[in-house]
Amino acid sequence: MRALTGHRATWPLLALVVILIVDGIIAPGFFAIRIVEGRLFGTPIDILYRAMPIALIALGMAVVIGSKGIDLSVGSIVAVVGATIAWRIKAGDPHFVILLTALAVGILCGMWNGFLVAVLNIQPIIATLILMVSGRGIGLMINLIYGGTDPSFESPLLQGLSVGSIGYVPTRLILFAGLFVALWLLIRRTALGLFIESVGGNAAAANLAGINARLITFSVYVISGLCTAWAGIILTADVHTSDPVSVALFSELDAILAVVIGGGSLAGGRIYLGMTLLGALVIQTLATSILMSGLPPEYNLLVKAVVVLFVLLLQSNNARDAVFTLFRRRKG
Amino acid sequence: MGETGVTDSSTLRIEMRGVSKTFPGVRALEKVDLQLKAGEVHALLGENGAGKSTLIKIMTGALPRDEGEIRLDGHPVEINTTADAQALGISTVYQEVNLVPTLTVTKNLTLERQPRRFGLISWGRARALAKQRLKRLNLEIDTERLLGSYPVAIQQLVAIARALEDDTRVLVLDEPTASLDANETELLFKIMRDLKSLGIAIVFITHFIDQVYQVADRISVLRNGRMVGTAPAAELPRLELISMMIGRELAAVEARLATSKSEAGGEPVLAAVGLGRRRTMTPFDIALRAGEVVGLAGLLGSGRTETAKLLFGAIRPDSGQLKVDGKAVKRFSPGHSLRYGILFCPEDRKAEGLVGELTVRENIMLGLQAKRGWMRRVWKDEQKRLTQEMIEALAIATPDAEKPVGQLSGGNQQKVVLARSLVAKPKVLLLDEPTRGIDVGAHAEVVALIRRLCAEGLALLVASSELDELVAVSDRVAVLRDRRKVEEMSGADITRENIIHTIAGG
Amino acid sequence: MSKLKWAGASVAGALMMFAGTSAFAVTIGFSQVGDEGDWRPAFSKDMQEEAKKQGIDLKFADAQGKQEEQLKAVRAFIAQRVDAIIIAPVVVTGWDQVLKEAQRAKIPVFLADRDVDVTDKSLFVARISADFNLEGKLAGAWLAAASKGTCDIVELQGTVGSAPAIERKKGFEAVVSQFPNMKIVRSQSGDFTTEGGKKVMEAFIKATNNLKGICATFAHNDNMQLGAIQAMKEAGLKPSQDVLMVSVDYVPAMKKALAAGEANASVELRSAIGKYIYPVVTDYLKNPKELPKWIVIPSDLHTAQGM
Repeated sequence: MRALTGHRATWPLLALVVILIVDGIIAPGFFAIRIVEGRLFGTPIDILYRAMPIALIALGMAVVIGSKGIDLSVGSIVAVVGATIAWRIKAGDPHFVILLTALAVGILCGMWNGFLVAVLNIQPIIATLILMVSGRGIGLMINLIYGGTDPSFESPLLQGLSVGSIGYVPTRLILFAGLFVALWLLIRRTALGLFIESVGGNAAAANLAGINARLITFSVYVISGLCTAWAGIILTADVHTSDPVSVALFSELDAILAVVIGGGSLAGGRIYLGMTLLGALVIQTLATSILMSGLPPEYNLLVKAVVVLFVLLLQSNNARDAVFTLFRRRKG
Repeated sequence: MGETGVTDSSTLRIEMRGVSKTFPGVRALEKVDLQLKAGEVHALLGENGAGKSTLIKIMTGALPRDEGEIRLDGHPVEINTTADAQALGISTVYQEVNLVPTLTVTKNLTLERQPRRFGLISWGRARALAKQRLKRLNLEIDTERLLGSYPVAIQQLVAIARALEDDTRVLVLDEPTASLDANETELLFKIMRDLKSLGIAIVFITHFIDQVYQVADRISVLRNGRMVGTAPAAELPRLELISMMIGRELAAVEARLATSKSEAGGEPVLAAVGLGRRRTMTPFDIALRAGEVVGLAGLLGSGRTETAKLLFGAIRPDSGQLKVDGKAVKRFSPGHSLRYGILFCPEDRKAEGLVGELTVRENIMLGLQAKRGWMRRVWKDEQKRLTQEMIEALAIATPDAEKPVGQLSGGNQQKVVLARSLVAKPKVLLLDEPTRGIDVGAHAEVVALIRRLCAEGLALLVASSELDELVAVSDRVAVLRDRRKVEEMSGADITRENIIHTIAGG
Repeated sequence: MSKLKWAGASVAGALMMFAGTSAFAVTIGFSQVGDEGDWRPAFSKDMQEEAKKQGIDLKFADAQGKQEEQLKAVRAFIAQRVDAIIIAPVVVTGWDQVLKEAQRAKIPVFLADRDVDVTDKSLFVARISADFNLEGKLAGAWLAAASKGTCDIVELQGTVGSAPAIERKKGFEAVVSQFPNMKIVRSQSGDFTTEGGKKVMEAFIKATNNLKGICATFAHNDNMQLGAIQAMKEAGLKPSQDVLMVSVDYVPAMKKALAAGEANASVELRSAIGKYIYPVVTDYLKNPKELPKWIVIPSDLHTAQGM
């Protein structure tokens, strides 16, 4: 089992290392870390820092995908959470209450998805599509409540959680570590992970084994909603404005990608939290590298697609075998 | 087959020489030789994990071999893919039905080559072709219905119809009769005899010894990846065949079977009164007592599985009452049943029994863990200990407890399903076809296990299509016909003849 | 500054003399794209309010982002025999047929905002819109003046391939290329979002060793610029003092930033443009004569000092 885990991480890690080596060559000083304004400062810190929201969303996504589901609504949940924060700040709520409200909104969105999937038996891709489509509209409507002309705000508490730092370390990294450990304990130190994986692997069998597959399915969307709400708080407080139309756009795709790069299968049945984090780091390293490279922006998506393809090919046994076979034939 | 026209029964149709195959940690085949004559039905027997499936997969190109050669009609051939095998006229029907239940019968029968007209699929001709293929098996069904709407038996016959091509020279049938009733089996045997008269060599893999003697010309036996021997069926007595398969003296097997039937009494642990559901099962009464085995007999589709699932809460009843220890059950769900100590082992391991990607350990722990709830996780050490106990108690053949259960052979998967229930310490155990698709040795072990559990005070319900098995283990037998319980017999009344008579409706 | 403003305003300014003089009630059909983003609903609202103010009977149709809705609306306007039709097109193609129908009915058609692609340019009277290219030029010209023609610039582009991103970049580069000592040293897309602007600026800061030698940031919209300002502050830099900040849109949050001295200049993208559009239409109805095919709505540049 240990050997297997090591094996699973090998290829995504290799990909990450390759990207970093290329970065080191094209951008001198890429790895330099200094202290600026009382906090760690440098590109590696940026990568970790910027990867946190997508990593959070991806963790929730990993749990959902483990149950053979998918959550397309995460970007929209971020939009709704962001709009809610801006609205309640204008309404003058205590900021600590707003923090709890934001998390509650995420949980509520997750419960809605869970209700559609687990209770009404709508296929996850369709069920979450509903909130994906409507969520940004809901965010705009929330903005309209207070006029929506200037959705920017100031909140020492929320901004502290997002862009502040404790000692030299960015707060969001510390909070992420806390949430990651909590989620890991929930999945791996209770039987919830086993139940989710069994429902994802074979829902009928899990049900006949006495597991309440419906409740488990419901719970994964709530977990996803909660993780996404936290990402929404970070993203919204980061720019201290609510932008429902474009905040976290396509984040569902990046999250799914992170899970897949981490070795998760859309067929469900397995949850790899650590690997998903690695997948999110690969994606963000790539994104930051493109920005650092000075390439014209027209190449952004193409470069990303090519690198992701390369990473996924590395992971595919078939593709590796094919390459090795070709190599051997060439030699022979 | 018309083209080759070979009907000389002494011609070697296909020959495998010195075939070996190793999987990580397991030597699956060790220099195995197999010779099939044209126009014979050749039974390939062996316990689970003996290497039957591996050998067949190599013959049909589904697996690469490590060494050895294959000759077809005397010429060496290269079979590296299933397409190679098909091109050479080697067709296979695998154990688990490999069709698409959500497509119509026509579409299933023409999946790989649809008749085309002007480059477009001609569904009219496809239908005709499908009908023609079914006709070979004398099967007349509506080809426009979805395959999944037919019983497993029909699906099996459709799978055979699909495998048969005009130029088929070798036909491999991997447990084709596992889910067929007596009539359907007889029909299949007739078809097999027809096909062999056309010069086709038929490989017949089964666990039913009776059927081997009904239809097979020659028998080969594999054990632990080695070929034990090949002999004409007429020259191989049953007892000798079984000891070839299990590799030990038969006396030992029979001794295990000889434990006496238990005497049961007292209040029922589980009692159904007028329990039923419209269009699923007519309301019935049944009572299970501690230390007692109740058999459920009936033809395929008579309501055996439905009865078990109603008792388990997996099918919600719309009438009647279910009592556990005299108290009425209010909420019906597998989860609730589990907490009452009622456990269920489903018939269809792949679809309903196991989570293939999860390990043996995880699958075994599912039941107990579901009973304890998600908050109270069974600690890893405890999990390992319990799993190891079960692996030893049920003699589950697996290199280690962390192997994905989907990679185990059928019989061992069945044992894992049993182990999962046993770990949860049941009071009542409902077994649906506990010996379906498992070999003689494992069969005897499962029967012995049922008796042992019964002796330990469990209440058992065994639904089975094998009458001999029911007669051997049951204290009482409930007979079902057309989704209705028609009779309950006990003691000396439980005989094969009696049950058949009741099923037939006399 | 006033000269630059005048350049764009000249055409419309002359026409404005007729504003408010319409003596007869006209009926105008206006087919709007939909209500995406912040700018378009404000534009719709202004068109309706301005029509009321000028005594115009406006028939407003929201196409919900679909061209087929828009074609339906235009045909309905023709059937109602409105005096003129204004279209804010969803897409550029597929207009020939319906515009011919309007021409046959002798109803003049005007375009607002986006352009259409028709073979026969006489099918519509004129397009009245802001000029993205001009916005870029205004930003470039302000920067040339502020830096005295010597400046290494980082650019935050809008969404790759979008018309405002392409045109603002072109206009800006057209001015910058006139000055041999001005050049864009880095350019990346921030997708018109605050988050995008912040991310890109963070990377620029690292890649250029704290913006060493960089004299200005040009952002294709204010949202990205606001993100860039945050990134610079977090890196210990002083936007508008260490680096000149110029962008386009003039949204409320940018007004605050200008007031706080964190940005230097922003070119206004007007949403209250009814007062530029209606006079062109009513004047044409009174006196139908050939108009220039594109009538540009003036762009204003606002600076921190101007507040």
